[in-house]
Amino acid sequence: MEKMNSKIPDGPLSQKWTRYKASARLVNPANKKKLEIIVVGTGLSGAGAASALGELGYSVKVFCYQDSPRRAHSVAAQGGINAAKNYQNDGDSVYRLFYDMIKGGDFRAREANVYRAAEVSNQVIDHFTALGVPFARDYGGTLDTRSFGGVQVSRTFYAKGQTGQQCLLGCYSSLNRQIKKGSVKMFPRREMLDLVLIDGKARGIIARNLITGEIERHGAHAVVLATGGYGTIYYLSTLAVNSNASAAWKAYRKGAFFANPSFVQIHPTCVPQLNEYQSKLTLMSESLRNDGRMWVPKTKNDPRPANEIPEEERDYFLERRYPAYGNLVPRDVGSRAAKERCDAGFGVGDTKLAVYLDFRDAIKAQGKKAIENKYGNLFEMYLTITGIDPYEEPMRIYPAGHYTMGGLWVDYELMTSIPGLYAIGESNFSDHGANRLGASSLMQAAGDGYFILPNTISNYLADDIRVPKISTDKPEFAEAEKAARERIEKLMSIKGKQSAASFHRRLGKIMWDYVGMTRNEAGLKKALEMIRELQAEFWKDLSIPGSAEDLNPELEKAGRVADFLELTQLLITDALNRKESCGAHFREEYQTPDGEAMRNDKEFAYVAAWEYAGEGNPPVLHREELKFEEVEMKVRSYK
Amino acid sequence: MKLTLKIWRQKNARARGTFVTYRMDDVSPEMSFLEMLDSLNKKLVEENLEPVAFDHDCREGICGSCGMYINGHPHGPVPAITTCHLSMRHLRDGETIWVEPWRAKPFPVIKDLIVDRSAFDKIQSAGGFISVNSGGAPEANSIPVKRKNADDAFDSAICIGCGACVAACKNASAMLFVSAKISQFALLPQGRTEAKERVRAMVEKMDELGFGNCSNTGACEAECPKQIKLTNIARLNREYYKAY
Amino acid sequence: MALAGLFLLLFLPVHLVINLMLLKSDPDPFNTAAHFMATFPLVKIVEIVLIAAILIHICYGIYLQIMNWLSRPAGYAVRNKSETAFFSRFMIWTGASVLTFLVLHFFNFYFIRLGLVEGNAEDFYSVAHDLFSIPAYNYIYLTCFMLLGLHLFHAFSSAFQTLGLNHRIWTPVVNVLAWIYAIGIPAGFAFISISLWLFR
Repeated sequence: MEKMNSKIPDGPLSQKWTRYKASARLVNPANKKKLEIIVVGTGLSGAGAASALGELGYSVKVFCYQDSPRRAHSVAAQGGINAAKNYQNDGDSVYRLFYDMIKGGDFRAREANVYRAAEVSNQVIDHFTALGVPFARDYGGTLDTRSFGGVQVSRTFYAKGQTGQQCLLGCYSSLNRQIKKGSVKMFPRREMLDLVLIDGKARGIIARNLITGEIERHGAHAVVLATGGYGTIYYLSTLAVNSNASAAWKAYRKGAFFANPSFVQIHPTCVPQLNEYQSKLTLMSESLRNDGRMWVPKTKNDPRPANEIPEEERDYFLERRYPAYGNLVPRDVGSRAAKERCDAGFGVGDTKLAVYLDFRDAIKAQGKKAIENKYGNLFEMYLTITGIDPYEEPMRIYPAGHYTMGGLWVDYELMTSIPGLYAIGESNFSDHGANRLGASSLMQAAGDGYFILPNTISNYLADDIRVPKISTDKPEFAEAEKAARERIEKLMSIKGKQSAASFHRRLGKIMWDYVGMTRNEAGLKKALEMIRELQAEFWKDLSIPGSAEDLNPELEKAGRVADFLELTQLLITDALNRKESCGAHFREEYQTPDGEAMRNDKEFAYVAAWEYAGEGNPPVLHREELKFEEVEMKVRSYK
Repeated sequence: MKLTLKIWRQKNARARGTFVTYRMDDVSPEMSFLEMLDSLNKKLVEENLEPVAFDHDCREGICGSCGMYINGHPHGPVPAITTCHLSMRHLRDGETIWVEPWRAKPFPVIKDLIVDRSAFDKIQSAGGFISVNSGGAPEANSIPVKRKNADDAFDSAICIGCGACVAACKNASAMLFVSAKISQFALLPQGRTEAKERVRAMVEKMDELGFGNCSNTGACEAECPKQIKLTNIARLNREYYKAY
Repeated sequence: MALAGLFLLLFLPVHLVINLMLLKSDPDPFNTAAHFMATFPLVKIVEIVLIAAILIHICYGIYLQIMNWLSRPAGYAVRNKSETAFFSRFMIWTGASVLTFLVLHFFNFYFIRLGLVEGNAEDFYSVAHDLFSIPAYNYIYLTCFMLLGLHLFHAFSSAFQTLGLNHRIWTPVVNVLAWIYAIGIPAGFAFISISLWLFR
């Protein structure tokens, strides 16, 4: 099965990447200029890849749907970025970072890729520092680090609560340098509508100019997708409201395998939904759980305000269930515990879908000033959004969709099952298994973009040096453009009554209710049924005012929702297939008597890579067996 | 809450725009300003009318996409927040709310409340970077940076590029925006090597694009959602003189 | 702009000190000072610089203002309500009224000395006393100096900011000095006007 060759280099784990780099083919500098590469997305991975490829001398074209590359959603990451620098002398190493990630991912990630991600993490920190990213520093002028959930070392570099923004702006600056040099050409406000294959290889994209509505053809020798995750399937999530899965989904429909789509991380501490109009859930950094205690009243539907509930009538459910880790359990465990309490009727607030995160005891013990120093900006943000002052009253929080570990299947070279099509950052599946560790998404995205892809792509392009500039007059481009136009035409001609957002909201509710933090077979099947009905209704009753030859946000949204309606079905198919509980994927049928996840390594220690089999046909499952040579699979316990 | 909205509607860059009045009778004070516009748009779409176009994305105050001039203030009357964090709680029941796009020659209107801010990207690509290749960076701790400088650089670096400074300035000047980037790099040893070329290139580009001049009025600082300080502009001026 | 402005800021106190001599009943000190200012070679050089500074300040100011207006071709329907350095919004208008006064002032004094306008260049003391006895002249004079005060109020600290002279400790000091200067200088001139007009 050639398509599923993960191309892991031989040799011991710690030597694989070095060996790979030593043997990969290179492209002569004079030839690089003649080779064009398309990068879609300008987050940490996309902007990083584009700048690194530009520096090498390739002709790069970069696309993003926002008005500027600086707005990619990497910007919203708060906590930090991990690296195995061991600046604290606390016993950290590449191996330990690798092991923490493998374990945190509940042994569902590919060993070689994870090790490499840990290996390049140090280069990422060096590079960002050189780019002028103002990481926090100690008084001696050296870089400071902090601890993060699920690990025992302090390896997280940070820039207050805006690490993602600062790293992204670093990438944006290096991208700008290449734009000035002319090696990178930027195409903002473009949405990728389709991938163009010529002789089975990725050779370009069809894009829509979001201002003029023009459909454009762009050819290249290779295409890189850096388009992020699909967490907005829940409608309400911590993602940007325009984040979408369309580029990856189009690639899937053209033959790229989609791996582990059901692995979606739900983050426990977010501002809960306040009203039915809400469009977005805001993350409250994981670091709050260092001092905040999560609780609910012991009485169901307790009408009293939080401060009037006496100590003995409070249920600190995390401390009760997980005495060893208490409030600092990993994200998936914390989220499920909060949901369990609310489902049992102990939720608080108007919607009863929230739990308290209380700083009363911490303020009493450390003083208001100390708490303000640690979390001042988060408390302020919470006050702005909710009007509740967390110094006086406990925060109300609830879990929300946050990150997708699943994504396009890639081999060791980050190439998808379509030759010449690469997927980097959150858009691929490779490094986080079934649950991502805090502060490792920035690390992986930047590592993929700056240091891994530029090394692996030359191994492919070395064969292409005699291939002339890809002409967009080829019939494959015409065909893809025609298909893209027809789809727009189809969407525009429905002329129904409901907005795309209203379908999205309903889809999100189905997904959240049946395919959220916990899943079961009956619920998944029901959701599949409901989504199919919703999809039918969508194609009958969608309303898009305005024209397609103009800036039309409703049309953009409609295209994305149409793709979500398909992707969610694949996601559910994957969730039904995976008859085990691992990481963020919790099947209620597979749990221990005390409600913990029960993995099934015998049958499910594989990556489920799904192949599109045409309209109306069930997708085909390909299994990539996960072999663990260096680590032993263990059961995670936080009791 | 009941509200009267007067929203600038303009079909495209070439068309003439005008204010259109919308009455909203069922606004919840818990909505954000953008969610209020979402609900207006939902109604418009259901009546097959074109919804109000506006830029927005992260809705948590960090991406810099959103930006509207609301009742005489960029990002609305509450200081130090972006439009997406403006809550209907912050406005009065029965109020008439004027919503306008950013107005500046270098920010032409694209549609309704969406303006073209690519001028900001052009300024950044003129010199807003440190020239270091991937793989060519020294060990991160080999260059110590004073903690105060790192903190100050951070305070300048948190600019989100929303354009509120230009929108607020009576001269449509981009000095606060440019000075934030110049300051971030000027304060770090990594950025000193190219400091002269950078400030010359960025200021030249800013002038070329048609932004106005700084008259130290301070509207930019007052309206900046990230509270970037005017002291950055003084530093930019200093760096600029040093470069000649 | 800022450099020329700062130079003009230096000139105003000198002018004020000389004018205060008008309050004496003896015309000689004032006329001697005026004569000295008109003839001493070093002052002559400074005078050229001063005229240049005035011209640069005016021309550049007008040029910048036009550029600034052009940078926002379509305005807002709702006037900007940002909290700002209030007087900086009106610099062009306060500046223009100061300029109007300056023209009048030149006709009354400077052009006489240059021989462009008829009058006794050696007895500006009497010229000044005559002018201050006309109520209308005092009205104009006082109004213009009030506007000058508003102009100076923003100008003083703004010049430092433009020159990049910003400091954690000194900037607040400069701001206080700006207050004192913007009130003190026009008040001094106004004092002379009122004394000569009403109490003589």
